[in-house]
Amino acid sequence: MSASQEQIDNLIHKEYKPGFVTDLEADTLPPGLNEEVIRAISQRKNEPPFMLAWRLKAYEQWLTMSEPDWAYLDYQAIDYNSISYYSAPKVKEAPKSLDEVDPKLIETYKKLGIPLHEQERLAGVAVDAVFDSVSVATTFKHKLKEAGVIFCSFSEAVHTHPELIQQYLGSVVPPSDNFFAALNAAVFSDGSFVFIPKGVRCPMELSTYFRINAANTGQFERTLIIAEDYSHVSYLEGCTAPMRDENQLHAAVVELIALDHAEIKYSTVQNWYPGDEEGRGGIFNFVTKRGDCRGRHAKISWTQVETGSAITWKYPSCILRGDHSIGEFYSVAVSNHRQQADTGTKMIHIGKNTKSTIISKGISAGRAENTYRGQVKILPGALNARNYTQCDSLLIGPKCGAHTFPYIEIKEPTARLEHEATTAKISEDQLFFCQQRGLSAEDAVSMIVNGFCKQVFKELPMEFAVEAQALLGISLEGSVG
Amino acid sequence: MLSIQHLEARAGEQAILNGISLEIKPGEVHAIMGPNGSGKSTLSNILAGREGYEVTHGSVTYEGKDLLVMKPEERAREGIFLAFQYPVEIPGVSNIYLLKAALNAIRKHHGQTEVDAMDFLQLVKSKIKSLNLDEQFLYRGVNEGFSGGEKKRNEILQMAILEPRLCILDETDSGLDIDALKIVADGVNALRSPTRSFIMVTHYQRLLSYIKPDVVHVLAQGRIVKSGGPELALELEARGYGWIDASLNH
Repeated sequence: MSASQEQIDNLIHKEYKPGFVTDLEADTLPPGLNEEVIRAISQRKNEPPFMLAWRLKAYEQWLTMSEPDWAYLDYQAIDYNSISYYSAPKVKEAPKSLDEVDPKLIETYKKLGIPLHEQERLAGVAVDAVFDSVSVATTFKHKLKEAGVIFCSFSEAVHTHPELIQQYLGSVVPPSDNFFAALNAAVFSDGSFVFIPKGVRCPMELSTYFRINAANTGQFERTLIIAEDYSHVSYLEGCTAPMRDENQLHAAVVELIALDHAEIKYSTVQNWYPGDEEGRGGIFNFVTKRGDCRGRHAKISWTQVETGSAITWKYPSCILRGDHSIGEFYSVAVSNHRQQADTGTKMIHIGKNTKSTIISKGISAGRAENTYRGQVKILPGALNARNYTQCDSLLIGPKCGAHTFPYIEIKEPTARLEHEATTAKISEDQLFFCQQRGLSAEDAVSMIVNGFCKQVFKELPMEFAVEAQALLGISLEGSVG
Repeated sequence: MLSIQHLEARAGEQAILNGISLEIKPGEVHAIMGPNGSGKSTLSNILAGREGYEVTHGSVTYEGKDLLVMKPEERAREGIFLAFQYPVEIPGVSNIYLLKAALNAIRKHHGQTEVDAMDFLQLVKSKIKSLNLDEQFLYRGVNEGFSGGEKKRNEILQMAILEPRLCILDETDSGLDIDALKIVADGVNALRSPTRSFIMVTHYQRLLSYIKPDVVHVLAQGRIVKSGGPELALELEARGYGWIDASLNH
């Protein structure tokens, strides 16, 4: 390719830098979903019988369920038999160390800004890299082990810690929870597993980087994080995919369990391929994330920056079961071009003196539709439960939409609840003011939007806050002009 | 530095400027006075490049270049600064962040490197002191919850940091009490130099007793109807704009 051609290509693909494909030999199951496929997945992972039984039960349940249609989303029906449910880079034997991992994979992550060699990593962040259906590498395992922390791929945990898997898997999001959770339970192929024992403060940030590479393949991963009494962990996930014309399905499940006085901070920077300006291609992101504050004084905090995906259907929630437990949800959801996002949270107050905070910032540009959907439920006996919700929308341009659907259900007279909502436009005055100070219109929009999102960004770990800000600028490229 | 020739402009169907000609040399301070609706703010906005106006006739040359074809940010980077009559709020964006981003955009345009963070902080701190502003001021959202006086002082702070060649002050004196007016005027006077020019748009003579103009123009119905020295402003103050209207109708 000539240099100038390359420059032109770079320019065209400027909007979505992770949109490249890694050319690898893969072990891919033919499209279609049936019991045989589930057996094949379980067999490839050499799973113990309890896992296969669990999967098959979930599949049976899934067959009786139908896709939810209550979200403010408009997309072509998904043909579940046209998707391949398993694709993994071909390897002769499972790599024992990073040196045995296919250099092409390491190169892929490097290109995405996620070097897997420990000496190159940001000090203090351990990474599990999930490529299509499997985890390819987990860094800093040994250092974490010294602290008593288990951080490994889900497949590995099934073998090394089956008792923990059996005790906790599906205990927060049972397969029967919803259509996509049931589908995930039946076919999930990998994900991350984290266990923080009693009294341990995880010595570094943990993160999983999800990458969809293979065409025509869905990604179904599962993350399970258990924080025992008085433990603490901060976890971050990132996601990207190549640019393709057809839609790809991503249906993940995340379960968090926080016991007495434990704290889990879960951050997401989601940058799945959003499709092109006309709405061709992009990831369909149907994700169930839920945290269970099972113990007293437990705390679970979700922070999400959602810039990618053609469709986002996602409601990270907290069950505030333990007395004095705390749930938090901080969200920035950006949709540009034809993207559609229906996202929010659920806070279920069961214990006494439970507290929840919801800060949601929705940004729409182009012809995008951005919906906040949130539920606050305070059950009888949740004495003195408190919730604060703030839900702000920012519109860029005349053709996008912002919608807010709060559901509030209070069955406890001592509860206190506040809800604030605003919708604003980036004004011409703001834009002109910034331009008059020398900033380009695009830099001005990016700066104004970053200011709008500040409350959420300050919740992200430092280095990811910087990444999130940059990502926001890229996502909104071409939204003014 | 700036040459305006027979400028005519409209907003929608409404003709607002009806043939303005003005020459400004380096180092000069020009005051533009006139009643409401005379076209003062429109002139400021057109010079800064705000959308919503159509230039139907005439030309504006700035440092030998055609100003009217330049984008607003290009004009800013080339040294044109508009101190706004109503500075907008940008919630969540700290003052210091905006200042740094703006200064770096301008430096980049001139092929200079980005300013060093420590040097920048020192520069800003020295400037806020002279404007009688607290250091906390730098970390608040741009104009977020500022009083009228703070907003205007913030404009002058930006001007002091960005060091423009041509400063346009659009009714900077409006809404200021006498103490704030003095601080703002001192800030402007400190920036006067043989290479920097000012256009001060104002209703009142008041500002001009603190910032001495070289030339005073009176604008009415989109035209400059009278030009003179500082004494013109005093005469206007004494006789009112009715005096101008009367002379127009002759």
